[in-house]
Amino acid sequence: MRRFLIATLFVSAAAIGYEILLMRALSIVQWHHFAYMIISLALLGYGASGTFIALFRHWLEPRFQLAFALCALLFSITMLICFVLGLRVPFNALEIIWEPQQFLNLSLIYLIFFVPFFFAACCIGLAFTFRREIVSRIYFFDLFGAGLGALLIVGALFAMTPQDSLLVLAALAVAASILVGLVSSARNILIAVQTLWLILISSGLPEPWSDLPLSEYKGLSQAMQVVDTRVIGTASSPLGLLTVVESPTVPFRYAPGLSMSARSVPPEQLAVFTDGDAMSVINRFDGDLGKVGKLGYLGDTTGALAYELLQSPDVLVLGAGGGTDVLLALYSGASRVDAVELNPQMIELVRETHAEFAGGIYDDARVEVHSREARGFVAQSDRTYDLIQIGLLDSFGASGAGVQSLHESYLYTVEGLQDYIAHLEPDGVLAITRWLKLPPRDSLKLFATAVEALHESGVSDPGQRLAMIRSWNTSTLVIRNGELNDAHIDSIRTFARTRSFDTVYYPGMPRSEANRFNLLEQPYLHEGAMEIVGGNAGALFARYKFHIEPATDNKPYFFHFFKWDSMREVMELRKRGGAGLIEWSYLIVVSTLMQAIVAGCLLILLPLARIRGTWPAGTGARMGGYFFLLGLAFLAVEIAFIQKFILFLSHPLYSVAVVLSGFLVFAGIGSGFSARFKSDNAIELAVTGIVGMTLLYLLLLPLVFQQFIGLPDVVKVTMSLALIAPLAFFMGMPFPLGLKRLADNAPDFIPWAWGINGFASVVSAALATLLAIEFGFTVLLLLALMLYAGAAKIAPLL
Amino acid sequence: MRYLPLSLLIFIVAAQADPYAEQRERLVEELTYYAALAFDSRDGTFRDDVLQAIGTVERHRFVPASERRFAYENRPLPIGHGQTISQPYIVALMTDLVDPEAGDVVLEVGTGSAYQAAILSGLVKHVYTIEIVEPLFESATARLENLGYQNVTTRLGDGYFGWEKYAPFDAIVVTAAASHVPPPLINQLKPGGRMVIPVGGRFTTQQLLLIEKTERDEIITRQIAAVRFVPLTGEH
Repeated sequence: MRRFLIATLFVSAAAIGYEILLMRALSIVQWHHFAYMIISLALLGYGASGTFIALFRHWLEPRFQLAFALCALLFSITMLICFVLGLRVPFNALEIIWEPQQFLNLSLIYLIFFVPFFFAACCIGLAFTFRREIVSRIYFFDLFGAGLGALLIVGALFAMTPQDSLLVLAALAVAASILVGLVSSARNILIAVQTLWLILISSGLPEPWSDLPLSEYKGLSQAMQVVDTRVIGTASSPLGLLTVVESPTVPFRYAPGLSMSARSVPPEQLAVFTDGDAMSVINRFDGDLGKVGKLGYLGDTTGALAYELLQSPDVLVLGAGGGTDVLLALYSGASRVDAVELNPQMIELVRETHAEFAGGIYDDARVEVHSREARGFVAQSDRTYDLIQIGLLDSFGASGAGVQSLHESYLYTVEGLQDYIAHLEPDGVLAITRWLKLPPRDSLKLFATAVEALHESGVSDPGQRLAMIRSWNTSTLVIRNGELNDAHIDSIRTFARTRSFDTVYYPGMPRSEANRFNLLEQPYLHEGAMEIVGGNAGALFARYKFHIEPATDNKPYFFHFFKWDSMREVMELRKRGGAGLIEWSYLIVVSTLMQAIVAGCLLILLPLARIRGTWPAGTGARMGGYFFLLGLAFLAVEIAFIQKFILFLSHPLYSVAVVLSGFLVFAGIGSGFSARFKSDNAIELAVTGIVGMTLLYLLLLPLVFQQFIGLPDVVKVTMSLALIAPLAFFMGMPFPLGLKRLADNAPDFIPWAWGINGFASVVSAALATLLAIEFGFTVLLLLALMLYAGAAKIAPLL
Repeated sequence: MRYLPLSLLIFIVAAQADPYAEQRERLVEELTYYAALAFDSRDGTFRDDVLQAIGTVERHRFVPASERRFAYENRPLPIGHGQTISQPYIVALMTDLVDPEAGDVVLEVGTGSAYQAAILSGLVKHVYTIEIVEPLFESATARLENLGYQNVTTRLGDGYFGWEKYAPFDAIVVTAAASHVPPPLINQLKPGGRMVIPVGGRFTTQQLLLIEKTERDEIITRQIAAVRFVPLTGEH
């Protein structure tokens, strides 16, 4: 009995570990994380396994242990095979607007990764179905395993590569198979296969199958094409795979926003790629901060503008990376620099591994380095700064190709900017540099965000505090904590003119100055900025063909510019060189939703039609409706919480691990408790609990996050779980309570209830992401509550 | 009726000689049509000789065999090594923008498949082209030689410093965007010369950067949207 429970725990841990590992691997191989897709297809595995077991119940029952052991073994085997195959599907997201075949490739990825989850889910489903006598203990071990799995994979990703972490998970699954297989009918054959597989696992994945096949269009792949480039170091953690590359023959010369009239070019550089992209550089620094030295180029980038307004400033650099902005600060005479970098391994590269190359900048007496997330650092800091600088953290390739539109970023939200402004000295400056696209998107949205943040901070005339300049590929916005005077404006104009940069905006700027050096067909950025400060922002947002409304913590999709209204026009324009107008990653979520619906129908619902059964008239609509609403609502809440907790837990992967396991464990406990919940109104009471808790969190979470975001990670993880616990506890009840009523009134409908609920969950994982992007988390959560209320309304009729 | 077999024979021979001729013609028609609709550098059309070059150069010989069926579609195609052959519309626009003349000497940074060099080859005196990726350099060099492009010289190396030996150039075409415009390239541009750089992803050109050096050595840069797209509704 014990071995059986432990096997359940192992399978459950490996399944959730695999889910999180796939998110990590896909964000290395492709661009943005496929979190919503992985969650959807894992649920598809669970849904389809329910249908499978219902269909073959009579055949499976006498062979229960063999079936469990086989499924666990197949889970282990397919985990590896599908990892290797799925990452090698030639899916090129960048080509999706040109090549319909890419949608098929995306579907292929979806189906390949579905397979291991199907086998894992079969194990759990078999346990529940055929070991009813210990169902509560199975439940406990299943959920405990899920929590353990999330913890295990995050720990494993710190200690080893994703590929080695995969082997650990595969070993865990085969261990489950061995535990149950020992008491099964075909013990001998099973043991032979299990042993053979275990030997294969322990010898590791052979090359080239162990490689993570990076998209050839990622920055790292492109850099490696250049003669004599070589990787001189890697570091891997859940926060990202860092790859350090040197290129002695063809230097990197990375200097975005460098003036056309620059007097010098960058010194020797090492490139550091995060997940094969988002290049940051470590500059060779010999301690010479002279204006005519090798760092002279820094003063000729748009990012240097803020230093024209300040004398020996106390600087905070958010997103310090390889240290370019820290060097800029030192070069510009900063008296002190706080450098904040999320990834400790990045800091280690600059501070230790390449300390000599970097000239020890992170150990400079004026520099203090903090391994923290930017928002969290600012929120907990009681210091104020003369300058807060946010440089370019993403690559132009990613920005320009629209690969980020799903990527939530709490860095550039109204609340974020308010926080930064609140940490400025009187007359201090916040400076943000972005890539410049045509027609303007990021830069205009950022400008609108700044105006909104100043408004929210009680500034009556934000236009008096803002200035923006542009080069041909970057724009830099400065927000002053105080009005800009004539001397400041003169400095800005002189800085721009002497470097052939155009001014986009400063108080009182004439239109004639907007288009002098880098000539645009029409100065849309200037015109847009004028409209925004002129109090006409709402009308501009409505008329603009891209989504440039400011991002907020409720809708933190700064990079989402897609508008359905413009879809037809931009699709027509792609043949006339207009492909860059399309934010294609949005289309990927839409197609994921479509494939979730199709796959859910084919793999979950359609096979159920073979099950014969009878139930009272009207049961289908009522029961079906009830379980359908529950499936949609549960996942909507879960997805909203995953996205919301990214702000608090600093990284999407941490959020997924904590929120996913938190919901599983506490919903499971709630589910277990529901058996003892004898009230006739149990469902209504549970839903009341869900509605109450969610509404409470809608009000409280922003305050809680603001208050405690600066605490250590361990404390924040514990707090997150404590916050999720009561809500998830209630959310775990309606499903088993519904099943119980079904068992009394229409037992033949039970497989359908599972199937319909599974189908709704699969669809909801993708749908909720779309709704969050379009309408924000508050609307998504309110919608989920309405669905729960709908389910509660049906409940008395069940 | 009696000429039918002969006509058929001529048709078959012609088709076998260049089975892609018709597709190429259609591509030219498509580009002409789109140019009239969209932004371009010359009053709603590409220069005749630019279109003629598109209609002559056999794009299918510049793409991998697996992509050949799409060779005359107006879209970018992968050519391996993380590189692409540009969308023909963008190639036409870039060629048009540098305003090539028969006596011009042109530098290209980023040979890729050598399609852009082949297009320029028929319009100018000589094209010097530099590629940084060795396998691409080798295949492009062999391709140009096999196809008989004699006024194109290739080199493997770093395009950042241009090609001092043959400088100054009447025009420079940079096919891969860098984080900044290399100053040596601006130096190697003749007074009155033009340089064009596409900006954006491999499959999605965002805009073109046109750098002009005046006769008085002044630098003027223009950001040119490849397509006429007014970002505000109600303004066309």
